[in-house]
Amino acid sequence: MSQLFGRSANTLALLTISVVLLLGGIGVGLAYAIQGSSYVTEVNTFKAQPVPFSHQHHVGGLGIDCRYCHTSVETSAVAGVPPVDTCMNCHKMMWADAPMLKPIRDAHKTGEAIEWNQVNKVPEFVYFNHSAHINKGVSCVSCHGQVNEMPLMRKTQTLYMGFCLDCHRNPQANLRPVEAVTDMDWHPDEEWKKKDKLVHHGIHPKKNFEVHQLTNCSMCHR
Amino acid sequence: MSQDLTPESVIGPGQTLSSVTDKINDIVVKQKIRPGWVLGFFISFCLLNGFFLTVALLFKYGVGIWGITVPVGWGFDIINFVWWIGIGHAGTLISAILLLFRQDWRTSINRFAEAMTLFAVACAATYPILHMGRPEVGAYWVLPYPNFMGMWPQFRSPLMWDVFAISTYGLTSLLFWLVGLVPDFATLRDHSPHLWQRKIYGICSLGWRGSAVHWNRYETIYLILAGLATPLVLSVHTIVSFDFAIGIVPGWHTTIFPPYFVAGAIYSGFAMVLTLMIPTRYFFGLYDFITPRHLNAMAKVMLLTGLIVAYGYLIEGFIGWYSSSEYERFMLINRFVGPYRYFYWALLACNVVIPQLLWFRKLRRNVPFLFLISLIINTGMWLERFIIIVVSLSADFLPAAWGMYYPTTFDWTMFIGTIGLFFSLLFIFIRVLPLISVFEMRVLVTEEDHKRKGKPHA
Amino acid sequence: MKNESDNKMWRSIEEQEGKHVPQARFNPFNNDFLSRREFMEWSSGMVAVLSASACTRMPQQKIVPYNKTPEKVVPGKPLYFATTMTLNGRAIGVLAESHMGRPTKLDGNALHPASLGGSDAYAQAAVLGLYDPDRSQSLNMAGSPMYWENAAASLNAIAKNHLARRGEGFRILTEPVVSPSLAAQIDAFVAANPAAQWHQYEPVHRDTEREGALMAFGEDVASVYAFKPAEVVVSLDSDFLMEPANPRYARDFASNRTMLQGSHGMSRLYSAEASPTITGAKADNRIVARASEVEQIAAALAQACGVSVQGTPSVTAAHKKWVQAAAEDLKKHEGASLVVPGRWQTPLVHALAHAMNARLRNVGKTVRYTAPVEVHSVAQSDSIKRLALDMQAGKVETVLILGGNPVYNAPSDVKFSESLSKVKNRIHCGLYVDETASQCNYHIPEAHFLESWGDARAYDGTASLIQPLIAPLYGGKTYSEVLAAFSGDANAKSYDQVRAYWKGKAGGDFERSWTRWLNEGVVEGSASADKRVALRAEGSWAKVGRAPTATSMEVIFRPDATMFDGRFSNNGWLQEMPKPLSKLTWDNAAFVSAATAAALGIKNEQVIRIVWGGKSVDAPVWILPGHADNSVTLPLGYGRTHAGRLGTGTGFNAYSLRPSGSTWSFAGVEIAKTDKQYRLANTQSHANMEGRPIVRTATLAKAQKDHHWTHIHMHVPERLQNVDVGTAGGEHAPVAPAQYQWGMAINLSACNGCNSCVVACQAENNIPNVGKEEVIRGREMHWINLDRYYEGDTANPDTHFQPRMCVQCETAPCEVVCPVGATAHDNEGLNNMVYNRCVGTKYCSNNCPYKVRHFNFFEYTKTITPSMKMVQNPDVTVRGRGVMEKCTYCVQRISEARITAKNEGRKIRDGEVKTACQTACPSQAIFFGDISNPNSLVSKIKAESHNYGLLEELNTKPRTTYLGKVTNPNTALSAEKS
Repeated sequence: MSQLFGRSANTLALLTISVVLLLGGIGVGLAYAIQGSSYVTEVNTFKAQPVPFSHQHHVGGLGIDCRYCHTSVETSAVAGVPPVDTCMNCHKMMWADAPMLKPIRDAHKTGEAIEWNQVNKVPEFVYFNHSAHINKGVSCVSCHGQVNEMPLMRKTQTLYMGFCLDCHRNPQANLRPVEAVTDMDWHPDEEWKKKDKLVHHGIHPKKNFEVHQLTNCSMCHR
Repeated sequence: MSQDLTPESVIGPGQTLSSVTDKINDIVVKQKIRPGWVLGFFISFCLLNGFFLTVALLFKYGVGIWGITVPVGWGFDIINFVWWIGIGHAGTLISAILLLFRQDWRTSINRFAEAMTLFAVACAATYPILHMGRPEVGAYWVLPYPNFMGMWPQFRSPLMWDVFAISTYGLTSLLFWLVGLVPDFATLRDHSPHLWQRKIYGICSLGWRGSAVHWNRYETIYLILAGLATPLVLSVHTIVSFDFAIGIVPGWHTTIFPPYFVAGAIYSGFAMVLTLMIPTRYFFGLYDFITPRHLNAMAKVMLLTGLIVAYGYLIEGFIGWYSSSEYERFMLINRFVGPYRYFYWALLACNVVIPQLLWFRKLRRNVPFLFLISLIINTGMWLERFIIIVVSLSADFLPAAWGMYYPTTFDWTMFIGTIGLFFSLLFIFIRVLPLISVFEMRVLVTEEDHKRKGKPHA
Repeated sequence: MKNESDNKMWRSIEEQEGKHVPQARFNPFNNDFLSRREFMEWSSGMVAVLSASACTRMPQQKIVPYNKTPEKVVPGKPLYFATTMTLNGRAIGVLAESHMGRPTKLDGNALHPASLGGSDAYAQAAVLGLYDPDRSQSLNMAGSPMYWENAAASLNAIAKNHLARRGEGFRILTEPVVSPSLAAQIDAFVAANPAAQWHQYEPVHRDTEREGALMAFGEDVASVYAFKPAEVVVSLDSDFLMEPANPRYARDFASNRTMLQGSHGMSRLYSAEASPTITGAKADNRIVARASEVEQIAAALAQACGVSVQGTPSVTAAHKKWVQAAAEDLKKHEGASLVVPGRWQTPLVHALAHAMNARLRNVGKTVRYTAPVEVHSVAQSDSIKRLALDMQAGKVETVLILGGNPVYNAPSDVKFSESLSKVKNRIHCGLYVDETASQCNYHIPEAHFLESWGDARAYDGTASLIQPLIAPLYGGKTYSEVLAAFSGDANAKSYDQVRAYWKGKAGGDFERSWTRWLNEGVVEGSASADKRVALRAEGSWAKVGRAPTATSMEVIFRPDATMFDGRFSNNGWLQEMPKPLSKLTWDNAAFVSAATAAALGIKNEQVIRIVWGGKSVDAPVWILPGHADNSVTLPLGYGRTHAGRLGTGTGFNAYSLRPSGSTWSFAGVEIAKTDKQYRLANTQSHANMEGRPIVRTATLAKAQKDHHWTHIHMHVPERLQNVDVGTAGGEHAPVAPAQYQWGMAINLSACNGCNSCVVACQAENNIPNVGKEEVIRGREMHWINLDRYYEGDTANPDTHFQPRMCVQCETAPCEVVCPVGATAHDNEGLNNMVYNRCVGTKYCSNNCPYKVRHFNFFEYTKTITPSMKMVQNPDVTVRGRGVMEKCTYCVQRISEARITAKNEGRKIRDGEVKTACQTACPSQAIFFGDISNPNSLVSKIKAESHNYGLLEELNTKPRTTYLGKVTNPNTALSAEKS
């Protein structure tokens, strides 16, 4: 009887198989790509703010210490976003009528709070504590990046669980002397490089379990 | 049915190569769709939609729509899961193990049994995902793959093992079935009246021309797959039994579980084959292909596995007493006299007492009786899972924490829904594929021929 | 009179918008069934859901900083303020935890004499009442909402009008007032209006105490008990362990029975009671006596103690033995014994108790007398009766109802509601638009005590200040502000009034002491002085009446164990809190003994009709072991019609049967069977221990002989025996090392099943309510199951309580079976539960031998209204649908302490971390701390020889262990019980 399929059928069959496999691969790859893309992670994406506050100017330029505004960073879980009063401390005098600062002045007059767009955030079920990190020599830079070079605040890390675990599994790389945590352009000297940072921060090498403990679920989840 | 049939013959007399081919293929390619088929398919399809509706509600409201609670955290979901998986086993056993043992009577039922296996596994596979509180993440969090959380699933958990056991089993069964179908696809291709039919079957038959080379390759791969599938028959339900045996709940924490679950699986599997085979045989007049010999053989297998299961119950009882563990003992007493006692008595009746009738040769050849008993055994095996899961959980260690389990409407719609899924698939299968392996039957015909003519088989 | 439809406008915003989502009546089908759109949406199936959840983008969130940071507020750190809660004419000092200005948790104030740090379930649940969306939210004057200024003006007008007539026709109705400043204010008002009258009424009143005192001493005094020095205590139908706003009694009583750290003696409690109470459950020798028999027993006991009582009390043989034994014990411990009369008993019983305590030289040692705590103590049932009669007679033109809910809970025979309708100006100030408010033409929303300034006196007279933690959410006013408005001062602030009052009282530097009082929550030195009282000659009063007829059916009224008198009806936490003995939730039931039930041929949940004097009430039956025969207990506080979304329609209203005369119990009611059934939500179906060593008990004698009496193991491998889990090394070393190893010990000798811990846990850990239907399905979420077991005959069984929460197994069965590792062990020995990782296979719960895991079968939290969200603890994740949860040892508190300690470069101090249940427990039954430190308190406690691990034979190595329950029964009696 007559041929059902032409010669091309075999090639076609092979082609179909390979294409299907290929598509599968691409699909998976795409999923990873999207989840890791700045569209989802919002890394290095700028966000409009009611007032275009420049860390570059205030920190890098004027050299104001982080803790001047983020007052509770050493004592509390949250670093604290400064109240309008803090801004007015200076801006009563300097740039007192700059149009850019109008929202601040209004807020100061009316008492209407300013709504900033949050840039760095972890999910609600993660209980990150600033003071615990600051007091053990983890620098602001480790998570927030070179804030002193940011005209507008932006995220520099995904802040995914993977990111946290990298450091919690091996903190050494991200540890500094406590007094240097807010220093934006600190570089480890030779002596520090040689030092066992854990010991420096009072984590006894024998009691190295305290490092293992850093990966306990209860460290971040409650 | 034709009377001049000798008990031993696996195929009716006067069946020639062509008659076999036509008889089986016609069901697919020639026969008009019968109203009976339409009705049957319609009913099962309605049930299937009940299943979909339940799943929709499940996603909207959560597993709370079921009767599960604390302490009884698993109910119909896992009962049905284990039940369906168990049913699946017969297929693989028949096609793989019996093939290796060169049991010629398997030929006419293996295709059907394998199909049944696949559909049963499909039904079972819905539960492990749907029983989760958060299937939307659970469905892929249980799979090991590198992710942004830096987390792996926990390989110590039996549920984790399930994931692999079930998927492997499903995949192998599918391949085994498809490969077995290839020559028949070809036959269908050549016998189909319409071009579009020929095209479709043509694609499925992967260019099968029946050349010696093809047959050679076919035999090899089929044997290899059989070899792969054989251990699965034992492994899958062993691992399923670990879901319970690993736990410390009295009534779960038992070393007898693996063999006893496997036996139970085959038990229910064969029962289900009978439940489906007997009507099919009747509706499509396949008396010559599914002979009393087959029914008899299957009945014997059921008798054997049934006895193993009974032994399992016995051992459970013995250990309950022998362990001198307060909790084990209470678990046992609770089964006999507790709030669920009727279920346990029914279980013993269905799985242990009644099947003993299969000792009688007469009854083993009585088709209506076999049909009835197959139904009874299916019920019994479902009850067994109910007892193991629900009754054990409802009263474990601390009396203050005891509680009863009452299934809700949605437990039932879910259960019946999967039955709908099962039969919908089955009805489609009957229409589009040869429900008996044609070419193997043809081999059988020639062999029978040689037997009759007293010549040795070349 | 207002009708239902009018009331609706007073309900919450949500309802007006048609979003009627009862917070706890959870039923997925009661609101909306699947719409076609949703159906498509959902049946498009898993694929859609999966792909949706695969790539998740976090929603943009706003940061809204303060404009001016309030002083002391550090973002992310809670503040604590001392304030005071008043209940049933007594005050308890509480410490309120405030997160960024939201009070989220109340605990006892360690400096307050009524608390000493402990608290009761009511105090724990009170904070939820603050955020109740059903609270009255706007002023209603003559049917229309209006501003406070105008309202105040018209109130002033009314007052002026009366003032002209020296206050003629003006009445004030309050609950018993224990606030000195408020009382002074009312007195001043009455002084200005001599013809005005002040009535006080509360359904759970102390009239019998008052009359008893008058009978015995000729003057009204309050008795203050000291249980610490009491070696022998006889309770005559008293429930002193559940004394409202006074967990101090429970604490002192327990402190004498700890059996810990070398204290190897314990007091002995005799109890005679009709309706089972937790006090009776803790009794070493309990007899069951019908309410009317107690008087006879008291008389017999008094005679045996040398009080000359006329007449011969008729006491059954069994009771007689008890009386004799008790009497001997009492006399043997002269000066260290105590007879406590129940407020449900007749004045005579109280008088006899006073006499006995006098004879036994207990006065000044175990009991002392002070002036009444109420500023003006009155016979309340008379007071309300007189008011009702006057209103009926039209003598009342204006009635000012400050709190209370008389329309609902006034005695049935005074016909309060109908008399009220005869009054022209019906002014009500209360937290809710309740039954009374809905019958008043003037309603003023009351400020919750967490929103107001004030003061109140505790059981011993100690005064403490009430300070607000939050501005009134719904513009509520305090009583004193309302009163001030009457005298024309619309803008009076109770802050000034309270200060003004105390300025007069305080000697020396007022500002300094005021600040100190606020800090410490106590006005020091304000406890009332002892009062010398002389017993009147028995001849003049001590006559025992004739014996009651044993056959006639008695009805007994009691405040409900969770609703009290009904004021907590709309509090979800209390509604769902299982009652200590019956373990019922969401309803009250008519309690009867098994024998009576059999005699009447009635079963659990069958509805009976209790008929008396032409009135009747239908109630579902619940058989309560240890209940007196031929008696039926009707708990008050249910059957509300205007309670709010949760309270309305739960249970039956026992007030409708309760007369003003003998208000606690009386004989002669008829019980008619009906064929109706009523489903009750019970949380514990099985009360029998099945002979398993779950609660391990011993008598004092046995405990002293055999120190390892709790080590009765069932088939335990040799190597596991008699090892204290957690602390010991080798086999029992922690699976992972760490600086701290947390562990808990629960002293069953001290635990009295009061439920304080259950609510404390719910408040601390954001545990959702599930509603009656779900409780019936056994899906309640409380992390602490307070198990109640019975032992012995149902007529009068031994009752055991056992708090059961996650024991944090060292080798936890739940951990190995989780496919995604959502529950895992941490180095400090905690069994972490990671909600956001959980996929809800429920395997862990199945495999948990303690069954302490609880599953979110539905999105239980979605029914929480916006205002309710404010009560939630920001340090604890709010769990969504389909995840497992369980006790975490309050891991949030541990982490907080660990971080603080690390920041300060030190170790966590012993006792620095306290779990919520431990803090709340009034009888200090719970110990928590670092068990790897041998010097920590918990280690010492666990070192006790009678420490045991529940189900330790399973080798789960529980971190929470129990100390066996020791009782001290009188060997002369322990053989037979009535």
